Amino acid sequence: MDKIVNNKIKLEFLSKGENVALARITIAALVSQLELTLNDLEEIKVAVSEAVSNAIIHGYRNQPEGIVTLIGILAEETIYLEIIDQGIGISDIEKAMEPAYSTDPERTGLGFVFMQSFMDEVKVESKVNSGTKVSLTKKINTENKNRAVS
Amino acid sequence: MSLILNSKKNSLIVHVGGDFDLVSANEFREKIDQSLEETLCQNLLLDLAKATFIDSSGLGVILGRFRKIKANDGQMIIYGPKPAIKKVFEVSGILSLMPVCNTEEEAWKILEKKTFKGA
Ligand SMILES: Nc1ncnc2c1ncn2[C@@H]1O[C@H](COP(=O)(O)OP(=O)(O)OP(=O)(O)O)[C@@H](O)[C@H]1O
Ligand SMILES: [Mg+2]
Repeated sequence: MDKIVNNKIKLEFLSKGENVALARITIAALVSQLELTLNDLEEIKVAVSEAVSNAIIHGYRNQPEGIVTLIGILAEETIYLEIIDQGIGISDIEKAMEPAYSTDPERTGLGFVFMQSFMDEVKVESKVNSGTKVSLTKKINTENKNRAVS
Repeated sequence: MSLILNSKKNSLIVHVGGDFDLVSANEFREKIDQSLEETLCQNLLLDLAKATFIDSSGLGVILGRFRKIKANDGQMIIYGPKPAIKKVFEVSGILSLMPVCNTEEEAWKILEKKTFKGA
């Protein structure tokens, strides 16, 4: 009775720190519609937290009146997430994604490291003064799924 | 989220509860630094047994406090993180910088050993 789950959500919220938890919890609830392991769930929460925090901290420079768009799609065993801001953008994406690279001396430059470790694919599209879109993809292991079901 | 601070034997014990993310990071950073100044503690024991989540904002606070403690010749030890948080630690490389153990008792043992060696 393997059912294919197909679902999509879109959420828009102000660029406030409090909404990082909101985004995390929303995506956790969405992906829980798939039978995924606790480990996968925790990893997805970290990745969402990183991308949304970046949109707020860097994209909108901690100004709370920006709009962050979060899209979550479940298509069979694959989870697609998009985190979009209309903020300052990234001039050198490759450099931004290097481990330990940060434009903020108070930060450690681990956000993209976590996104890359915890998701299967991380894609960044950005334009200076126009905004950034981070696309995250994770395929849920069907073997684990079957084990959890039985 | 919650933060409880105690001091004992030259060590500040920081009990973190709930999600350690962007919002709590700002608050925790301030409170921990203020407490370090007030108590003049040299060491920091970080209790994460009741922490439910951590991301790079929380890690930034931990690494920042680690640098402060080190600059003051102190020791920092983390104890009690649940597996999901430990996983984040593994990926971040923080495990090569400071000990991470399971209980407060173990943390004190490590601290005594380290302080003794350093003396
Ligand atoms: N949405 C965004 N808009 C503009 N710049 C961004 C955005 N996301 C990331 N960046 C840039 O990429 C850099 C690296 O991001 P990353 O998340 O890896 O590290 P960080 O946010 O600086 O530190 P940490 O995530 O460890 O707190 C940031 O310092 C910032 O300059
Ligand atoms: Mg970041």
